[in-house]
Amino acid sequence: MSGTDTRTATIAVLVENEAGVLARVIGLFSGRGYNIDSLTVAPVDAERRLSRITIVTSGTEMVIEQIKAQLDRLVPVHKVSDLTLEGPHLVRELALIKVIGRGEQRVEALRLADAFRARVVDATVESFVFEMTGDAEKIDAFLALMRPLGLAEVSRTGAVAIARGTRQIAP
Amino acid sequence: MSASPLSAASADPAMKPGAEVVLRALKDQGVEVIFGYPGGAVLPIYDALFQQNHIRHILVRHEQAAVHAAEGYARSTGKVGVVLVTSGPGATNAVTGLVDALMDSIPIVCLTGQVPTHLIGNDAFQEADTTGITRPATKHNYLVKRSEDLAAVLHDAFHIARSGRPGPVVIDLPKDILIKPAPYTEPPKPGAPHRSYRPVLDPDPAAIREAVRLLKGARRPIIYTGGGVINAGPEASQLLTEFVRLTGMPCTNTLMGLGAFPASDPQFLGMLGMHGTYEANMAMWRCDVMLNIGARFDDRVTGRLDKFSPESKKIHADIDPSSINKNVKVEVPILGDAARVLRALIAAWKEDATPFSRAQIEPWWRQIDEWRAIRCLAFTQDMTPGAVIKPQHAVKRLFEITRETGREVIVSTEVGQHQMWAAQYIGFEKPNRWLTSGGLGTMGYGLPAAMGAQIAHPEALCIDVAGEASILMNIQEMGTLAQYRLPVKVFILNNEYMGMVRQWQELLHGGRYSESYSAALPDFVRLAEAFHAKGLRARSIEELDGVIREMIAHPGPVIADICVAKDENCFPMIPSGAAHNEMILGPDQEKNAARVTDEGKVLV
Ligand SMILES: Cc1cc2nc3c(=O)[nH]c(=O)nc-3n(C[C@H](O)[C@H](O)[C@H](O)COP(=O)(O)OP(=O)(O)OC[C@H]3O[C@@H](n4cnc5c(N)ncnc54)[C@H](O)[C@@H]3O)c2cc1C
Ligand SMILES: Cc1ncc(C[n+]2csc(CCOP(=O)(O)OP(=O)(O)O)c2C)c(N)n1
Ligand SMILES: [Mg+2]
Repeated sequence: MSGTDTRTATIAVLVENEAGVLARVIGLFSGRGYNIDSLTVAPVDAERRLSRITIVTSGTEMVIEQIKAQLDRLVPVHKVSDLTLEGPHLVRELALIKVIGRGEQRVEALRLADAFRARVVDATVESFVFEMTGDAEKIDAFLALMRPLGLAEVSRTGAVAIARGTRQIAP
Repeated sequence: MSASPLSAASADPAMKPGAEVVLRALKDQGVEVIFGYPGGAVLPIYDALFQQNHIRHILVRHEQAAVHAAEGYARSTGKVGVVLVTSGPGATNAVTGLVDALMDSIPIVCLTGQVPTHLIGNDAFQEADTTGITRPATKHNYLVKRSEDLAAVLHDAFHIARSGRPGPVVIDLPKDILIKPAPYTEPPKPGAPHRSYRPVLDPDPAAIREAVRLLKGARRPIIYTGGGVINAGPEASQLLTEFVRLTGMPCTNTLMGLGAFPASDPQFLGMLGMHGTYEANMAMWRCDVMLNIGARFDDRVTGRLDKFSPESKKIHADIDPSSINKNVKVEVPILGDAARVLRALIAAWKEDATPFSRAQIEPWWRQIDEWRAIRCLAFTQDMTPGAVIKPQHAVKRLFEITRETGREVIVSTEVGQHQMWAAQYIGFEKPNRWLTSGGLGTMGYGLPAAMGAQIAHPEALCIDVAGEASILMNIQEMGTLAQYRLPVKVFILNNEYMGMVRQWQELLHGGRYSESYSAALPDFVRLAEAFHAKGLRARSIEELDGVIREMIAHPGPVIADICVAKDENCFPMIPSGAAHNEMILGPDQEKNAARVTDEGKVLV
C-alpha cells in the first residue's frame, strides 16, 4: 500500500443519460464511504444519449484507483477518466454571488469584482449579483474578500473539467 | 385504464401483451425454470404462465427462498437463475437473496411487479421504490416505463447477469406495461458488443509472461483460487487442475472456490482462511510467490492485513478490476476470465524457456508436509454406544457414506459452525457441487438452495447441512419440497446453540452466552412429518450411520435431526484481527483468543 498520502482527483465520467444513473454514482460514493468534494452532471450528447459527470474527490492512491474501478463497473458507465492523472486539464466552476451593502463597502465590492473579472449580472441600490467563473480556489478567494463587504448568498455549480490540447474522452 | 389493451394487441399481430413478451424473452434466453410467488402486480405474468408450457414455475413459500433457490439452481448449473415476485412486500422479501447473490457473484434475474406507471410515487397499494431499494443490492436494475423497451431490457438483464463478474439483476415491471401490447425484439446476436458494459476477458500476454517468470523463480509458491474459477465454468476448473499438476505447486481454495481443484489430490492443502487448514494458512503466510485466481482477498481469508503473507510477490487474476488492489496490493495484476487466464498461463509456462524443476520447491513441500503432520482437523470420537456424536464425525460419516453410494452429491449449507465443518470434512472433486452463502453469510440459505439444485438435478443427492437455528429461517420451504416431491435431505447438526455465536462468546466475550441458546426448539422429526417428509433422529453414536443410510435411501424429502455435542468449537481458527501464523488449533490454545484486542473484536 502506497502509504497514507492523499491526493485530489478530478474524474470525468461519461454515462448513459438515463434515469437512476446519478443515484448509482452517488450511492456508490456514500455506500463505500468515498469523499465527494464536488459533483456536477449534465447531458452532453443528445444523439448518443450521453451525460458527463465531473467528480472531484480525494483519498489515498489506492482509494482513488478503487473509486475509478468501482465507477467503471457500473453498467451505464461508458468511460472513466482521471483528468488529474492524465495530464494538463482545465477546471472551471461558475458561481453566482449576492453581496448586499451600501456606501463605501459597495464601491469596494465592485472594485474587487472588477479585479477578479466577476461580472455584475444584477444590481439594485443596495445589492449586486456577481457572476464568476474560475477554479474553486479563485472563487474561494473572492468569497473571502466579499465576506466583510456584505456577502449574503452564494450558488455554485461545482467543477466541470476538460483535458487541454487534442486529448478527448470518448465513449 | 382507457381503451382495452388486449384489443389493441390483437390489432397489430406483432404486438403482444407485455406479460407474453416477458415470457417469450425468457424462453429465448433459454430459461426453463423460474422460482416465484404471485401477487396483484404480477398477475398478468401468472396468467401468461398458465397458458404456456415452456417454462416451469416453482411456487416457493417465501420470496427470500425464491432467490436462494435460484442461486442454488444457478450455482449448480452455471445458468442464470430466474425469480418472479410481486411488488412491495414481494420485492422487499427478495432483497436478502439479492444481496447474497451480489456478494457471492451469482447470476440472477429477478422480475418484480410494480404498481402501474401512472401510480408510481403515489404510495399506491403495495408500492415500494424497488429500484431504489435494490440499487445497492444488485449488479444492475431497471424500471421498465415504456413498452418498446420491455424485450430489450429483458435481454440486456440476462447479458448483464451472466457476463463479466456475474450478479443479480432486477427488472421492475409496472402492471400496465405487463398488460399493454408491446413489440418483441430478438436477443442481440451473441458477441454483439454492449453499449457500455464490456468486461475484459482476455488477459494481457505481457502480464501472463511476468506471472510465469515469477512463478518459475519461486521457491515457496502457492496457488490460491476462489469463486471466480467456479464462475468461469467447469472448463476453468479442469484448466486449474492441469496447471497445478503441471507446476507441481500446492493449491488452496477459498470457501467459495471449493471443488475447483480435486480435494483428494495430494497437491491440495484444503481450504484457507479463518477456519482453513493449518497447512494452507501457514503456506499463505510463508510463501514467496502467490498466484491468486478468482479470489478477492476477503478479510475472512487474509486475517490481519498488515501481516498478510509478508514475504510474497503476488499475482492476482480477476475479471473485475475493482477486486484487484482493493485489499491487498499486488505486483502483477491480470485482468481477465479465469479460464482464459489459466489457458494462457499453461501455454506461457510451456513456452517459457526458463528451467523449472520440482527440486526447487522440494524443500517447500517438505515444510508443508511438516505442517500437515499436525493434522489440524483430527478429532477423537468416542465410539462406545451411548456416546455423544461429535459434529465433525457426523459430517465425516455423511461424506463417506454418500461417497460410497457413487451418486452425484450436491451439498448446501446454512451458516455457522456446521457450514465450516462441512467445508472442512466434505471433499469436493468437481465444481458446482458446493452451495454456500459465503459473502453475506445468510442463515436460511441452505434449504432453498438445495431445493433449486434438486430441481436442476433430479437424480442427484442434494443435502443441506444445517444448524438447528438456521434451518428455522426458511423452514417453510419444506412445503415446496412436498409439493414438487423434491427428495432434498436436511441434515441438522443440532447442538441446541447458535454454535458459531456461542463460540465467539466463549472465546471473546468471557463465556457470557447472551441469547445464543436455541430454546424451545421444535421436534424436528414431527416437523418433518407435518410437512409430509420423513423425520429421523440420531441421539448417540451407534445411531448415526443407520440414520444417514436411511436418510439417503428414502426416496422423498427427509429431515435428519443429529443430536451432537453442544459445546464443540470449530477449529482451526484465526481469531479476528490476528495473522495466519496466530491460528488457534484446538481447545488447548483457546486462551490465545483471550488476547484478542478490542481492535480485533470490532471485526466481524
Ligand atoms: C461463518 C463463515 C466463515 C467463513 N470462513 C471462511 C474461511 O475460513 N475461509 C474462506 O475462504 N472463506 C470463509 N468464509 C467466506 C468468506 O466470507 C468469503 O465469502 C470468501 O472467502 C470469498 O471467496 P472468494 O475470495 O473466492 O471470492 P468470491 O466471493 O467467490 O468472489 C469471486 C472473485 O472472482 C472474481 N471473478 C468472478 N468471475 C470471474 C471469472 N469468470 N474469472 C475471473 N475472476 C472472476 C470476482 O470478481 C471476485 O473477485 C466464511 C463465511 C462465513 C459465513
Ligand atoms: C440471517 C442471519 N442472522 C444472523 C446471523 C449471525 N449468525 C451467524 S452463525 C449464527 C448461528 C447459527 O446457528 P446454527 O444454525 O444452529 O448453526 P451452528 O453454528 O450451531 O452450527 C448466527 C446467529 C447470520 N449469519 N445470518
Ligand atoms: Mg446450532
